[in-house]
Amino acid sequence: MIEILSTPSLVTVQDLGRSGFYRYGVCRSGAMDRLALAIGNLLLGNDRSAAGLEIPILPLRLRFDVDMNFSLAGADCGAMLGDRPLPPCWAARAKAGDILTLNTPLSGCRAYLCVAGGIDVPEVLGSRSTQLRETFGGIDGRALQKGDRIAAAGNDARLPKDGLGALPPAVALAAAGDGVTVVRVIPAAEYGDYDEASRAAFWSADWKVTGQSNRAGYRLEGPDLALSRMIELRSHGVVPGVIQVPAGGQPIIQLADAATMGGYPKIGVVIDADLWRIAQARPGDALRFVECDMAMAADAHDETEIYLAHLAADVSRQYRLATAWGVA
Amino acid sequence: MSASAASLEEPRITPLGSSAILFEAPGAFDIEHQKRIWALADAATGWDMVVEAVPGMTNLMLILARPPRDLTAFEALLRAAWDTGDEKHVEPTVLELPIVYGGEGGPHLRDVAEGTGFSVAEVVRIHTEPDYTVYAVGSHAGYCYLGGLDARLFMTRRKVPLVSIPGGSLSLAGMQTGVSASAGPSGWHTIGRAEISFFDPERQPPALLKPGDVIRFKAERVIV
Repeated sequence: MIEILSTPSLVTVQDLGRSGFYRYGVCRSGAMDRLALAIGNLLLGNDRSAAGLEIPILPLRLRFDVDMNFSLAGADCGAMLGDRPLPPCWAARAKAGDILTLNTPLSGCRAYLCVAGGIDVPEVLGSRSTQLRETFGGIDGRALQKGDRIAAAGNDARLPKDGLGALPPAVALAAAGDGVTVVRVIPAAEYGDYDEASRAAFWSADWKVTGQSNRAGYRLEGPDLALSRMIELRSHGVVPGVIQVPAGGQPIIQLADAATMGGYPKIGVVIDADLWRIAQARPGDALRFVECDMAMAADAHDETEIYLAHLAADVSRQYRLATAWGVA
Repeated sequence: MSASAASLEEPRITPLGSSAILFEAPGAFDIEHQKRIWALADAATGWDMVVEAVPGMTNLMLILARPPRDLTAFEALLRAAWDTGDEKHVEPTVLELPIVYGGEGGPHLRDVAEGTGFSVAEVVRIHTEPDYTVYAVGSHAGYCYLGGLDARLFMTRRKVPLVSIPGGSLSLAGMQTGVSASAGPSGWHTIGRAEISFFDPERQPPALLKPGDVIRFKAERVIV
């Protein structure tokens, strides 16, 4: 078991999210940075969709009651296992009684803690993710509180003695400019309904992530985006990544906990392969959008899959070595 | 200001990011087109790579297992399936739902009266008159998008969405009206309140109503 000693932030149990329940209005939920969760799981020899903890911005302390393999991925939060610093994207073995401290990240917005076998909570509608609005999944559908105890399902993978790391995706996967998070966007149905100046501004502006940003969506601040004609849309399905523009002219990116349907005009949609970059942008950070098409998005998807396949193969090789030579 | 609802001449098929597709039906916003959308959803559910086909308001979203390199194959499938003209017929469950209009649970009832030029009593009368058909379930878990709102009550969405309205809130915007299944943000005009549970993850299916079912609103009380 793991006991939460202090958690001022909105820490939730998340896996890769729910699939197949949109028709009942159930959003995907799941990790905001699904890539980080997958990395954390692969480092432990877990299925990449096992449940972990999503830990946004603020510090967290917890205690391991039993020996346990765990990993950290996502934001570099200056983690300490007892008095031993841990690198980001790293798997290590905790001893019973060890205290893990995650500090406010130097960069990035969300850290993920994975445990051997995944966090053991019941599956609800095909997932262990916390559905905050409808209050189900995870731990009673709520964020973790001080004193909560969570169990790992466990696995028999033998971790190398000094642990095991991954090249962080921000390094491994082609990105971005200086101090700005660059994400690829496919223009959406109403793109052509925005006036020329607005379309130009959409691609050129640095969009500030405002404080009104959470798992449901990021509200951005920048130049006003104006339609060249009034339109009132019929509501339709909305997936994470859709950039809606309410009448006020300031865009909102819909994310993991977003409504499954909506009717605000949409100027574009962030491709799936870049949603993790948004999850790691925090209030005050700047986003920039670059135009992309379906073929480029498919390439980006493949690039991510290749990165994960290489990681899984590398981890598997090191686990086999540790088992064969007893170096664990 | 009343909303102009433009109709498409032809089906419009656009990417919704890298792994979803939006099909928008041409023609009027009415039950005949919606029945064709339900039939299209049933057809698309069996297609390769389609994880889920999600009906909206005379439109359909396909969620795909991975990003396709282009939409050509799906465009052909969607157009052919739409052109069959097949409609899905549903044996409806009818839900009678008592509503307290206005007051704390319906803070925008007066705005709707002012915006439409009717008295509050007339707004309530016009709103309780029709049988509303569930066109789609979505937005949040168990929420029903309803067709059948009287054109005289059409209002554009509020400029600034409210951060949260409670579950059970009855609201309207554009050509649509419905009752929130849980607390959450809303850009619509909230005009009343009901006591009802539309969603339970332990129930099979988890949503109380399905597309094709019917809701009748009863004015239990009107607070002016």
